[in-house]
Amino acid sequence: MSGSVLEIKNLHVSIEDKEILKGVNLTIKGGEFHAIMGPNGTGKSTLASAIMGHPKYEVTEGSITLDGEDVLEMEVDERARAGLFLAMQYPSEISGVTTSDFLRSAINARREEGDEVSLMKFIKQLDKDLDLLEIDQNMATRYLNEGFSGGEKKRNEILQLLQINPAIAILDEIDSGLDIDALKIVSKGINKMRGENFGCLMITHYQRLLNYITPDFVHVMMQGRVVKSGGPELAKRLEADGYEWIKEELGITDETVEQNA
Amino acid sequence: MTVETKLPFDKDYIEQFSKDRNEPAWMSELRVSALSQANTLEMPKPDKTNIRNWNFKTFKHEFTSGQAVNNTTELPEEIQAYFDEENKAENLLIQRNHTVAFSTLSEDLKNKGVIFTDIFTALNEHNDLVEKYYMKEAVSVDQDRLTALHAALMNGGIFIYVPKNVQIEAPIQAIFWQEDPELALFNHVLIVAEEGSSLTYLENYVSHNEEQKTVANIVTEVFAHDNAQVAYGAVDHFAAGTTTYVNRRGVAQRDAKINWALGQMNDGNTVSENITYLLGDNATSEAKAVTVGRGKQTQNFTSSIRQFGKQTDAFILQRGVMKGSATTIFNAIGKIEHGGSKSNSEQESRVLMLSEKARGDANPILLIDEDDVTAGHAASVGRVDPLQMYYLMSRGLTKEEAERLVIHGFLEPVVSQIPIESVRKQLTQVIERKVN
Repeated sequence: MSGSVLEIKNLHVSIEDKEILKGVNLTIKGGEFHAIMGPNGTGKSTLASAIMGHPKYEVTEGSITLDGEDVLEMEVDERARAGLFLAMQYPSEISGVTTSDFLRSAINARREEGDEVSLMKFIKQLDKDLDLLEIDQNMATRYLNEGFSGGEKKRNEILQLLQINPAIAILDEIDSGLDIDALKIVSKGINKMRGENFGCLMITHYQRLLNYITPDFVHVMMQGRVVKSGGPELAKRLEADGYEWIKEELGITDETVEQNA
Repeated sequence: MTVETKLPFDKDYIEQFSKDRNEPAWMSELRVSALSQANTLEMPKPDKTNIRNWNFKTFKHEFTSGQAVNNTTELPEEIQAYFDEENKAENLLIQRNHTVAFSTLSEDLKNKGVIFTDIFTALNEHNDLVEKYYMKEAVSVDQDRLTALHAALMNGGIFIYVPKNVQIEAPIQAIFWQEDPELALFNHVLIVAEEGSSLTYLENYVSHNEEQKTVANIVTEVFAHDNAQVAYGAVDHFAAGTTTYVNRRGVAQRDAKINWALGQMNDGNTVSENITYLLGDNATSEAKAVTVGRGKQTQNFTSSIRQFGKQTDAFILQRGVMKGSATTIFNAIGKIEHGGSKSNSEQESRVLMLSEKARGDANPILLIDEDDVTAGHAASVGRVDPLQMYYLMSRGLTKEEAERLVIHGFLEPVVSQIPIESVRKQLTQVIERKVN
């Protein structure tokens, strides 16, 4: 059988009593790459945070399931162990904890007690992934994200993606702040995950990322909903023509969540 | 103010105690004089901590031997945990109750004139050296009632002497094991590093008296002469029954350096004072300390560096984790004296609260009596950052594991400074036990 299925139905999400998402519907299956595009302030990152269970976001209506299991009933760590991964836009800095100690803990969190990954095997795989992402070896012994540049943080998120090997990954603006060379490297890491057991949801402002990672489906978010879906050609049209034509088509004057709430 | 003066010790007892140890006359006289001072001096008054109801009276003082061993493998496992049997410190002394159970010092260091011995042997064999430094410039007998009692009742400890220009690479380790649960430790550690010398020293205090009440009254005096370097590590782990009063003090001369890394893991009530005097120009000191408070224990930690010399550099780092209904006060005091121009004083104190009932105070204090200096301080008391927890848990770590990582990371700046790996591991395990 092929990979997992993440199903989002009529999702409504509020932050501090302000509704941001107003009925999102989306299904991501193993083997599929989805891209969510849209201008600033339309709820894209909120969707990512709500799926993972960010403490500030409250789901007021709708459902999220992973292979039929109710994700909203799960704690953040249970969601992760069930197969979800979120590459964050602003990863936390964890002082005093080395990247490699953290990675081992994350890998072992998915294994039974007594069946922890061996140090040799761990180091071998880590070295391989560091090489692939062209990350300096010393990052493994640096404290997690502490003093990392923006680009290093993004690469570290993808390093974690490779190491943890989730069923469904959400990448929240993984391309922001990357120069073209770094973008290529990060894309190489993401593309390596491709396969029928891996589904991916990429959130981005820019079509640029999609030049390196071709999506199977492209969705446009406005006013806290998915307002248009299509194939890779939709992204190309957005790159060429911007978002105005969609707004006209749908009769939207202000695409953001803020003023319409 | 009247003080209760009923000590179960009199002049005769003290004189006899000293005589039994064959101590030189000056020591015997110092003890007797200290005892009479103890009757009139006031108790220490740690800032914001009331120690009036703490046990400073119930303890057993009489000199108690511990069984000597030929081989460290004969020691119980909990003591063996403090060193790596395979890779044991070449220079190791284990004090069991009040006597030496085991000690080694490399031939090389012996030949170079290094002294590493228990304090009573030192009083006999190196009397002049001990007399020159013992409770004079660093900790004075009349500082308070407890330092006077320490001088009167001193019943254990070590003396380390590093001659001029001798550099000791491998760490020197001392383990003070209070095996008898009622025994009081009036332990004295005296370290003298002569001009241009260097050493790394690491000590462990261990006891297992959960129920039995007793006292640890400890004085450390470190002297770093011109251009000498002393790295001083400690892991204190007295059990809940022990009330601890510990004074660790350093005196650094010109171009000298004294760095402290203190893992203060006592389970009983504790007052700890760590003061360094930077007397000479260009002297430097880093005073780093961590603690984990749990249960109902109350602790008070003061780290202070007083800068007299010009262009001195001081850094104080304190980290504490509070659980249960533990209370801890952290005082960081940087003082630049008049004349200490071009000096720098930095400090950082952070407390992490893990429970609603715990209490932690970080008091940053900078006292500057000179114009041409730089200084800075940072202090915070807070809870585990929920966004850090979210981030770690989003990778599959359980809440407990995520919290464990954050706590270890928080204490890491001090733990990483402990110079012997087995002790670092052991400290990490103690932290683990204390926070879980």
